[in-house]
Amino acid sequence: MEQYAHSKWKKLIQPGLVHGSLYYDEEIFKEEVEKIWFRTWVYVGHVSEVPNVNDFVTKTIGPMPVLMVRDRNNEIQLLLNRCPHRGNAVCVQEKGNRARFTCPYHSWTFSNTGDLINYAFPDGYQGTDKSKLGLAKVARIAIYRGFVFGCMTEEGPTLEEHLGGAKRAIDQLCDNSPTGEIEISAGFLRHRTRANWKFILENECDGYHPGFVHSSIFSVADSAIGSLYGSDAVAVTRSFGNGHTEVDPRPEFRRRDEPLSWFGTSADRLPDYTRQMNEAYGEERARQIMIDGAPHVMIFPNLFIAEIQIFVIQPVSANESIQHSTAIQFKGAPDINRRLRQQTMGSVGPAGFLLADDTEMYERNQRGLEIRNPEYLYLKRGEHRERRDEDGFLIGHSTDDLPSREIWRHYLSIMEAQ
Amino acid sequence: MAAEETVIDGPDILKEWVGKGRVFSKSFDQELYHEVQQFVFREARLQDIHDYDAWEDLWTDDAIYWVPANGTDTDPERDMSLIYDNRSRISLRIRQLKTGRRHSQTPPSQLARVISNFELIKSDNNDIKVMCNAQIFETNLRGDTMWASRTEYSLRHINGELKMAYKKVVLINNNKPIFTLSFLV
Ligand code: FES
Ligand SMILES: [Fe+2]
Repeated sequence: MEQYAHSKWKKLIQPGLVHGSLYYDEEIFKEEVEKIWFRTWVYVGHVSEVPNVNDFVTKTIGPMPVLMVRDRNNEIQLLLNRCPHRGNAVCVQEKGNRARFTCPYHSWTFSNTGDLINYAFPDGYQGTDKSKLGLAKVARIAIYRGFVFGCMTEEGPTLEEHLGGAKRAIDQLCDNSPTGEIEISAGFLRHRTRANWKFILENECDGYHPGFVHSSIFSVADSAIGSLYGSDAVAVTRSFGNGHTEVDPRPEFRRRDEPLSWFGTSADRLPDYTRQMNEAYGEERARQIMIDGAPHVMIFPNLFIAEIQIFVIQPVSANESIQHSTAIQFKGAPDINRRLRQQTMGSVGPAGFLLADDTEMYERNQRGLEIRNPEYLYLKRGEHRERRDEDGFLIGHSTDDLPSREIWRHYLSIMEAQ
Repeated sequence: MAAEETVIDGPDILKEWVGKGRVFSKSFDQELYHEVQQFVFREARLQDIHDYDAWEDLWTDDAIYWVPANGTDTDPERDMSLIYDNRSRISLRIRQLKTGRRHSQTPPSQLARVISNFELIKSDNNDIKVMCNAQIFETNLRGDTMWASRTEYSLRHINGELKMAYKKVVLINNNKPIFTLSFLV
């Protein structure tokens, strides 16, 4: 049996070839929920979304809702919104501030630490151990630079082991804030998508498509993004292992050697921000940070940091997903924050100049797979020019399929495991 | 004055959904009401048939086109909106659509919208403020989608013609995940 399961995945995922059923088969989707979403580290939310004691916000792990709470003791908790009695939701508000949650069905009341405080008519429960009837929690929670991740299993690598080289990208993002901290405070756009979550995942570091899918906006908005993804671009794609991938445009920005060119602006247009950066890091380091810009990294399986915004990918079923997107805000830097929001609102979400068209592509891909021949998708672009960088990470040209291949290599290793 | 107007009363959650602080006129000028309706119907038709240039011409130079997310009275200077366009971004949106390579509108959505429930509301300046409801049926490559909104306009007479200075479209389900919205709403 084990042998069979093993060969099933090897047959579906071959070097540079993946089988169409991986995107539409509901059985495979169920297996992914168990093996990826409920077994490995998944991004949940950011600490700044619950800034005050007793704040809570509804988040998800895979298709499952999760309450992210800053509890009465100022600790971040990931609680499961299911009353241990008969399964009712203890909270139907999306977000708010509450020290306790009372289930509407029979009035069991829980502290925001998850503990059961009391139930109605307690003489009906003799010898019951209340401490075993609290809200369930996500087994492990870990926070890296304010990014909160959850893992539904006790065992397995730590978050830092899981992130590995991708930590550099998160650090790079936070460095772009003069306080070293980012905030997620503008609320999310939620974009419903009739496509498998992996089409979204693979698109995030696909540098082959922008010149075509986004040519409409590039041609009318005199954007410099196009030059990152031409055939003569010097930007690279990189794999950090564990399914984490990035497009690294720093070689291009270093060639331009202009602070804030990555953001389509210049230091004199953002004087307050530039001054704050110089004060925080010293002029030389600040200049380097502002030349390099923010990262473009896809942290497997669901956190995409796209320079100035984040996307959280949520799988709903084999054929449906939700993209949650919002502007990143640099804590304490109001002049750049307004631009970050304005630019994000223009680009992303259901009406965005970019994402409406990306999403159109995922949905067409998904429908395309109803045509059963050829059976496999072809992901071999740039196989011949993969190489290692000085840190030993695999890199390729910015338009290569390397990120997809590396995502699938990691996916295979997870799905093969029993 | 007070007897001529009503404000929305009710629990906070309703105010959050329907909007706070709107003052509806109880009496109105029949002729103006007619003119406003004709304007909005025409705007609806131009959107339905993707007459981008004629639609863009309806805007004033200080225009704001706003489609909030996650509520009605959000702060567009703080919170993410689905659309928050000033005049130049409206024009960018139109130019993108006109390239013919805006894939989510290639082929364009087939649309028919029904606009109703017009009410004039109190205005703090000389602009005419009107609220109405809209239902939009969209069909495209993905399938059929129903959209519904509460819409608010500020209209202004310029050289004898009505123009839009402000259009706010509050989708009733803007607190949920929604499909791509790349036609002019
Ligand atoms: S289901 Fe929650 S108290 Fe009964
Ligand atoms: Fe894209």
